[in-house]
Amino acid sequence: MKYIPTIGIECHVQLCTKTKLFSEVDNDARGKEPNSCVSPVDYALPGMLPRLNGEAIRYAIRAGFAMNAKINTVSRFDRKHYFYPDSPKGYQITQFYHPIIGEGYIELPSGTKVRIEHAHLEGDAGKLTHFDTYSLVDLNRVDTPLIEIVSMPDIHSAKDAHDYCKELWRTMCYAGVTNGDLYNGNMRFDVNTSIAPEGSDKLGTRTEVKNLNSFRSVERAIEYEISRQKKLLENGEKVIQETLGWNDATGKTTGQRSKEEAKDYRYMPEPDLPPVHLTEEFINAEIKKVPLLPNDYRKKFGEILPADTLEVLLDYPDLMKKLGELDVKSIKPVANLFASVLLAEEKSVEMLSHLPSATQLSDLVEMKEKGELSSTAVKEVFLKFFDPQMGKKDARAIAKELNVIQENDAGALEKIVDEVIADPACAQAVADFKAGSEKVIGFLVGQVMKKSQGKANPASAQQILRKKLA
Amino acid sequence: MKIASKDVSAVSMVKEALEKAKRCKNYNIFTSLNEESALNRAKEIDEKIARGEDAGRLAGVPYALKDNFLSKEGNTTASSKILEPLRAPLDSTTVEKLEAEGAIMIGRTNMDSFAHGSSTENSYFGPTLNAYDKERVAGGSSGGSAVAVAKGIVQFATGTDTGGSIRQPASFNGVYGFKPTYGTISRYGVVAMASSTDCIGFFARSADDIDLLMQICSGQDPKDLTTLPDYYNEKNDKEIKKIGIIKDFDLSKVDPSIKKAFDDKVSELKKDGYEIVELSMPALKYALAVYYIVVPAEITSNLSRHDGIRYGYRSESAKSLDDVFSMSRGAGFMPENKRRIMIGNFVLSSGFYDAYYLKAQKARTLIIDEYKKAFEKCDFILTPVSPSPAFKLGEKVDDPVSMYLEDVMSVPLNLAGVPGLAIPAGETESGLPVGLQIVGPRRSDKALLEFAGRIAGEAKINEEVE
Repeated sequence: MKYIPTIGIECHVQLCTKTKLFSEVDNDARGKEPNSCVSPVDYALPGMLPRLNGEAIRYAIRAGFAMNAKINTVSRFDRKHYFYPDSPKGYQITQFYHPIIGEGYIELPSGTKVRIEHAHLEGDAGKLTHFDTYSLVDLNRVDTPLIEIVSMPDIHSAKDAHDYCKELWRTMCYAGVTNGDLYNGNMRFDVNTSIAPEGSDKLGTRTEVKNLNSFRSVERAIEYEISRQKKLLENGEKVIQETLGWNDATGKTTGQRSKEEAKDYRYMPEPDLPPVHLTEEFINAEIKKVPLLPNDYRKKFGEILPADTLEVLLDYPDLMKKLGELDVKSIKPVANLFASVLLAEEKSVEMLSHLPSATQLSDLVEMKEKGELSSTAVKEVFLKFFDPQMGKKDARAIAKELNVIQENDAGALEKIVDEVIADPACAQAVADFKAGSEKVIGFLVGQVMKKSQGKANPASAQQILRKKLA
Repeated sequence: MKIASKDVSAVSMVKEALEKAKRCKNYNIFTSLNEESALNRAKEIDEKIARGEDAGRLAGVPYALKDNFLSKEGNTTASSKILEPLRAPLDSTTVEKLEAEGAIMIGRTNMDSFAHGSSTENSYFGPTLNAYDKERVAGGSSGGSAVAVAKGIVQFATGTDTGGSIRQPASFNGVYGFKPTYGTISRYGVVAMASSTDCIGFFARSADDIDLLMQICSGQDPKDLTTLPDYYNEKNDKEIKKIGIIKDFDLSKVDPSIKKAFDDKVSELKKDGYEIVELSMPALKYALAVYYIVVPAEITSNLSRHDGIRYGYRSESAKSLDDVFSMSRGAGFMPENKRRIMIGNFVLSSGFYDAYYLKAQKARTLIIDEYKKAFEKCDFILTPVSPSPAFKLGEKVDDPVSMYLEDVMSVPLNLAGVPGLAIPAGETESGLPVGLQIVGPRRSDKALLEFAGRIAGEAKINEEVE
């Protein structure tokens, strides 16, 4: 029997606000001591009350706009209760009943639209590290602002799930609301997978795989779940609704300590935070601050760049912005340089954090067009843009320093050609060419290049040779 | 308010207060005294005065702090075992404001653990005794603060009022007790009971003294987003003409001495030219039911942070994570705390939320509207504070419902967020104090205190120690 998978994804995005969602403590704990970014509000000293970070509200508006969603002018916070040492208050402050972001959608590069059911603001939990006989608690991450984006069950393949997560990641990075560092958990995905026989109008029993932090693991976990569930159903067994963990090393999902006795979070409106009322003016002013998003760039560069190059380069928001600063004719050659030269470099990610200026790049393209640089020379100069010593210099200065500018002066070139033709060492080749041997032209051009110490433009050299030997 | 001056030193005022506090030891008023630092503070104030500097509007005034206010002085125990070891790293907004005006905290007062109760019998440190009869309760939950003022130890004490916890003990001990409009005083740094009804307020000997404390402590606080913009210190020129009485409260069921005090006050007001308006407020009969749904729900939530992990009591016999939670909480909370935690969890659990919590919130809206309508017909409302004067110790401990009924006339105000003041209004035949309550519309706090100052005199102080 053929089964149709249905996949829903919940994605947590850590917002890169300066301070936490409910306190004035530094939100960026990278490289800091455990429990050093924690205020009495965060560790839940009695009598402490949450304050609301306006920047997080503004970022949520931007994120909502980026996912084509309606921003709700009234939203509220609620408490979600559970006991665990990563939750100092004994509850998480979230938006259960009235989220800030309403329905929206994300359009995948394939054109598929995945609808967003809603997205809400909430505080992150702390981090536990488990040892044999004890566990350590780090509250640095407590109440880092998150938006949780809940998709509708519009995804039907592991590949689309991968593309959705990637597109969501790109969209949030472009909107500037997250650092987007997946390795450090800036975005985490919970994936709900079920399968049902083709043509069935009912969905199958779903399983949830929690806390995936790469697109690849999302794809693999879903592939695994689809085949696991299929085997179960084919053997006449049932899929149990449960929460699973993903083991990247074994490539398998595993049941998480069967503690899943239908948790009751006892949601309750948060009485310490008044409702958030937003005016249309406030929302619109914030939306105006959203820079171009991946789809805007697809529209902007779609006719200039091949789709595969564009999709590769879209992973780098700063690069796309740089391309947007270039004159139209430079866009394609520069994009090609990045796609074929820079991304092949071992340290490409590090190099991409210091992009050359638009002028440097345009000048380079112009020199190439004038025939002043060979393709190899263009690559050499381009890579020097990322060199800490030479990177600040303009294209011509670097080319001069590398001594790679081609000789295009027709007079000078003719002189060299004359010397080559007159050279007794070339007499045989000259004679052969005149007798009709085409292949020796390469040898003669090579001699011109040699005499010019590589600076001659080989195309021009050949042209002059042919004219003189005709 | 009597403040320190060149003639009366702060040191002498603090010494006197501490001596009185020690003399009243048997009443179990304080959970801790603050002798050394209080005297040091008093010396600083005296030096300021000697240098001719402004030492504040409460210069050298000793005061008592309810044990659920965070202060760097002493342990903030909320009269519970679970918080007994807690030394707060900061001061609550109220403490900060009082001390900036020169007030000196001489000790922390006993209360029902986490303010759950109406008699101060639920304290981990044992009950506080009534200022007029040691066999009777002080009222609660702010029992220690009420008795500290009634015994003349301090001129004022702080309290919290979630359903009557200031007004009822004030009336049981014959002093003034004020619960302001919700949001008038910051809750920052006060151990939360029920966030949507908790109010910070004061016990004092006169409405004037409370007015001064309100001037100092009210106002918007960025650390408490539910505080109102500062309205208290705006000029008030409201003329008071009409006093409402609620005919739905069946006064035949209250203690005769309270009914008499009420009738006397109504006649007196009539004689003074006030118009008495009869009000029908049928929704108030739901107030207690609504209160015992909404408040336990918030209590269970607010008490979740006491898990034995980061501060406070942790069971030493705990062997697993679940043990740490259940054994620390099991031993750290009093039976009444646990009762409310269980009620709260029940009404919030999935499947019951709509039937209880959501419905209670709707009924709460009805109560709010009813007060709004009532105040279209009158300026203030006069009611008793509680159905009876101070009851005997142990009398209601095993009967939680009858204990809850103590609050029947006080909780509606907390649900509606309106202010209420307990005023002394005579005594029973056996000499127990009787109090009445003046209720005003939201933000009428200043006018209410001024009105009370006109219709009631200074509270009696009972310095006698049995």
